Amino acid sequence: MRNPVSDTIVGIKPSGIRKFFDIVTEMNDKDVISLGVGEPDFDTPWHIRDEGIYSLEKGRTFYTGNSGLKELRQEICNYLKRSQGIKYDAVSEVLVTVGGSEAIDIGLRAMCNPGDEVIIPQPSYVSYEPCAILAGAVPVVIDLKEENEFRLTAEELRAAITPKTKVLILPFPNNPTGAIMEKADLEAIREVIIENDIYVMSDEIYSELTYKDKHVSIASLPGMKERTILINGFSKAYAMTGWRLGYACGPEVIIKQMTKIHQFCIMCAPTTSQYAAIEALKNGDDDVANMRTAYNQRRRFLLNAFKEMGIKVFEPYGAFYIFPCIKEFGMTSDEFATRFLAEEKVAAVPGTAFGASGEGFLRISYAYSIDQLREAMKRFARFVEKLRAGN
Amino acid sequence: MKMEEELLAIIEKNSRIDLKELAVILGVAEIDVVNTLQKMEEEGVVCGYHTMINWEKTSIEKVTALIEVRVTPQRGQGFDNIAERIYKYPEVQSVYLISGGYDLLVTLEGKTLREVSSFVSDKLSTLDTVLSTATHFILKKYKDHGTILNLKIEDEREIVTP
Repeated sequence: MRNPVSDTIVGIKPSGIRKFFDIVTEMNDKDVISLGVGEPDFDTPWHIRDEGIYSLEKGRTFYTGNSGLKELRQEICNYLKRSQGIKYDAVSEVLVTVGGSEAIDIGLRAMCNPGDEVIIPQPSYVSYEPCAILAGAVPVVIDLKEENEFRLTAEELRAAITPKTKVLILPFPNNPTGAIMEKADLEAIREVIIENDIYVMSDEIYSELTYKDKHVSIASLPGMKERTILINGFSKAYAMTGWRLGYACGPEVIIKQMTKIHQFCIMCAPTTSQYAAIEALKNGDDDVANMRTAYNQRRRFLLNAFKEMGIKVFEPYGAFYIFPCIKEFGMTSDEFATRFLAEEKVAAVPGTAFGASGEGFLRISYAYSIDQLREAMKRFARFVEKLRAGN
Repeated sequence: MKMEEELLAIIEKNSRIDLKELAVILGVAEIDVVNTLQKMEEEGVVCGYHTMINWEKTSIEKVTALIEVRVTPQRGQGFDNIAERIYKYPEVQSVYLISGGYDLLVTLEGKTLREVSSFVSDKLSTLDTVLSTATHFILKKYKDHGTILNLKIEDEREIVTP
């Protein structure tokens, strides 16, 4: 028989997260504390869920237009106007997608010709590289550095650009490092981007979760709106991961082609979720503020816990992750995470699941209650003590 | 959120939180937390540190009633005098002045139905200024003081996700 599967997909490495997930699942131990999730621990606020339920009760179980409900697209535009000062046209510059993930996929497919290079700063979310490959593009990885707090510098970007560079992926606030790009950082790379005539895919899914100044989108800088696909969604800000709803905003010429792919592959994002999302954007600001306050408390708690243990860690100002350095123990991230799981029953994801430059780091999620984090840090301290004593 | 506001929000949910931990999660020095709390206690902002108990899970019988009370306000006193006469009874849990169809909402806790009834008929209704009362017995508490009773929280998320 002929090989039934494609060489391209076989050539793509499975996600490092998956491998670790399998190890944890195999243990099947009820005492395992997880610090491994990339989603909020909060339930979707009730008034938002209630709108979803109401839409079902009213029998709104049809498809929506390919781009999404007009009212939702308008609310997305209002939100970006008030939070970032960017004006998008609800008819031609917004596409509602199945999570930010779909927007990443179809955005790259809409923009890349075979052989175009896509620059991917790492450590970062696991899907950029495979999506670039599936789009026929060539991923070019920039290894971000801890001494820069895992921000992207103009020098690093300039060094990665070739005549084939088409798109820069800008994943900030960042999963897994918690790094952010402040306005000055963005201004520095903006020059390089315009100078070299490349496009930006800015994945801002964690934009509401920053703990310093408010998030700044690169699309709000002069000359950048016309070369940026802004991706955001409802999963992280409103604790709506399971609703699978995101969006992309950008130049009409790109959104039009993305909408074409979207209409053939997906048809439209889930209708129930779209109705709920309208409510989220209209009346969800207080919920977001409350969740942000809770995350910030946990962030301070973990930062303090690691400092007390003498573990090297930079202060993360975004998302809900902290990225401690474990190089002093002379183990790979994989070894450390596997032993930590086996000996202390705590699951934390090795930094290498998010790119080779994550070596020597762990991703610790704080989408957990302080009580859970306290217990996990107790175990972490015990483990570290044991390692330092030479066991 | 201002530090005081955030601190109040935390201790309203968990008054037993360790002060050192409270300082860490608020991002301030422990001495500031101690001073702020002391100041708020003195000013009467923080009036106590109580415990939320689900009495239904104990063998102790309790009956709670909400009583709507219509009264005649007194010249120069408004409702304050009558409210004071009512809230001085130890079995009275709370007294609120209410807008709408009646004046005072009194919550009352007693051991038995009879005890609550006799309080209403013997003590409350006989006060000079009380025009009428309507007593509602609570049959079941689902949520109290922002806490859902009998709620089991289980983390149903996958253990590891990207």
